[in-house]
Amino acid sequence: MVMTFLRRELVLLARQKADWLNPLLFFLIVLTLFPLGVGPEPNQLRIMAPGIVWIASLLSVLLAAERLFRDDYRNGVIEQLVASRQGLMAFVLAKVAANWLSTGLPLVVMSPVVAMLLGVESAAFVAMMLTLLLGTPLLSILSVLGAALTMSADKGGILLALLILPLYIPLLIFATAAIEAASMGLPYSGQLAILVAMLLLALALVPLAVASALRINVS
Amino acid sequence: MTDFLRASGLSCIRQDRVLFQALDLELSPGQLLQIQGKNGAGKSSLLRLLAGLSTPDDGDVLFCGQPLALQAEQYAASLCYIGHQSGIHEHLTAMENLAFWRAAYQLPFTDNMDLLGQLGLAGLEDMPCRMLSAGQQRRVSLARLWLTQAPLWILDEPFTALDQHAIQRLQQRFHQHLATGGAIIVTTHQALSQDFPTLKTLELAYRW
Amino acid sequence: MFKWLHPLAKPETLYHFCGRLFPWLMLSAVGILLFGNLWGLLFAPQDYQQFDTVRIIYIHVPSALLSMSTYTMMAIAAFIALVWQVKVAQWSVLAIAPIGAVFTAISLLTGMAWGKPMWGTWWEWDARLTSQLILLFLYLGVIALYGAFSDRQTGGKVASLLAIIGIVNIPIIHFSVEWWNTLHQGASITKFDTPSVHPSMLWPLLISLLGFYLLMLALVCLRLRTAILENEQHRPWVRATLGGH
Repeated sequence: MVMTFLRRELVLLARQKADWLNPLLFFLIVLTLFPLGVGPEPNQLRIMAPGIVWIASLLSVLLAAERLFRDDYRNGVIEQLVASRQGLMAFVLAKVAANWLSTGLPLVVMSPVVAMLLGVESAAFVAMMLTLLLGTPLLSILSVLGAALTMSADKGGILLALLILPLYIPLLIFATAAIEAASMGLPYSGQLAILVAMLLLALALVPLAVASALRINVS
Repeated sequence: MTDFLRASGLSCIRQDRVLFQALDLELSPGQLLQIQGKNGAGKSSLLRLLAGLSTPDDGDVLFCGQPLALQAEQYAASLCYIGHQSGIHEHLTAMENLAFWRAAYQLPFTDNMDLLGQLGLAGLEDMPCRMLSAGQQRRVSLARLWLTQAPLWILDEPFTALDQHAIQRLQQRFHQHLATGGAIIVTTHQALSQDFPTLKTLELAYRW
Repeated sequence: MFKWLHPLAKPETLYHFCGRLFPWLMLSAVGILLFGNLWGLLFAPQDYQQFDTVRIIYIHVPSALLSMSTYTMMAIAAFIALVWQVKVAQWSVLAIAPIGAVFTAISLLTGMAWGKPMWGTWWEWDARLTSQLILLFLYLGVIALYGAFSDRQTGGKVASLLAIIGIVNIPIIHFSVEWWNTLHQGASITKFDTPSVHPSMLWPLLISLLGFYLLMLALVCLRLRTAILENEQHRPWVRATLGGH
């Protein structure tokens, strides 16, 4: 069932390209703002690069999060799934997977561009790709959670961001720490292990919370 | 005759407004219950209570003698609920929407093309639903009633946007379903044009 | 214990129970707080390093501890509300949230006031202040989420879910921020130098803490009573209590 739902999500994304292209564009724009704001001094940018990348990633994923359940809620599809009590979990997993494939994975693919823009060097670049690879799924999971909580709220968009930010902080801390350690030539497998642990914990707990949130919003 | 659905003492409060209190209703196989009332009287809220989407503020709903809470999965499997909204995604085609429901409700494979043809949608199956008229979209949405095997149907304003021919077709489907021992709860503004011998009505008063 | 707690799930019973409890809680809270704080602020000894500025711990530490316990209390109420569908538990979540937020704000402000004479700046990104700031955001998130729904019931349930998600995340956030702080430790020591607590300081601290707890419980009673009246306004007992309309 998850595969059918995933295919549906990907078809919808293919037909509404703005839903995933706009967040990516937004990511690049935010990335460009930083050198314009703090000055193009390469050493300064290199030091700030981990934080910049991960904050821009967060903002980009949050932008994409708003649309996650919007159409399906408006059309009554969520209501149907809740009433049928069958496909809800598979639906949620498909949403997470589709969101990662359309918004998270492109960030990983774009990381060479980011490295070039911010002057990130080889060791740190590898770390950056790895943290993006492991961290963006977690970002997708959290954004699905935020979208589910605020699904039927008025003005849910910015509220979604406010809710997700505190939950995002551990990911931000460990991902940037890993890249920093790599740039200093230190081992960072510990930080990566913690990222994996957080991802697994989220995979185990969050879908249940999301299903619960969807049920509450539809009641 | 065993009751399919029995609700007693139901009350529903939405945003500090009491929609209804101490409401009782019964439904047996083969019966069609039509719920009438002005807009805002609480018809949709009542249907959502009966469909198990929300819990009543008072009273309970029994399906085959058991409370809904104790048999959520079985009840959901025996129910086809079509709410106020269409339940279709407007950027998907009719065929894709049907495929989604088939997967979601784990229904056996059927010839969707034939079904769509029956509903007067032949030739429109590969267009995104947003390009269909309101009546055509409603017909896609109602196509589930030909796919489902659930005995109990709960339908919120199913006749909206349908033309005369489609309304007749839908009521024929109702007859078919009732004849096989199913039961239907419907809200509708219009009076049913066909004759249903097992029709019951329930009027919800509009309360301040 | 269930037998004793069960009747309290009924709004009317809980309303009257809180009503009887409130005066006792409030009076003892005020009394104990005054006693503890005056002792600490005026009579307890100075710290040999920090002199009089250390006196702020009699307000800072209790409010910080309370901000955490209040969140835990809120999360427990949220859990009861969602799992057992107890309405009064759901109303408690929203009754507790603003109180916890204010305690967190107090701990932040007193933390800043303590920091100024010590570090020379009003704000330092040390582990404790940062954690408290994030906790404040968690509280505000619950309150904001509740307010974003036109249907109060839905809003209450979603806010309760968020409270539970928050309590799971708080240890993770705490640990992460601690770790982050040790990582970025500059030349200056940015941790609060909590003085090793001498008995003459411990007693006023504990008494202040007790006073704060009682104050929190008193305020929760007050807010819960209002919430009960608000949510049950159509019931006859409420009309009778409010003097009949």
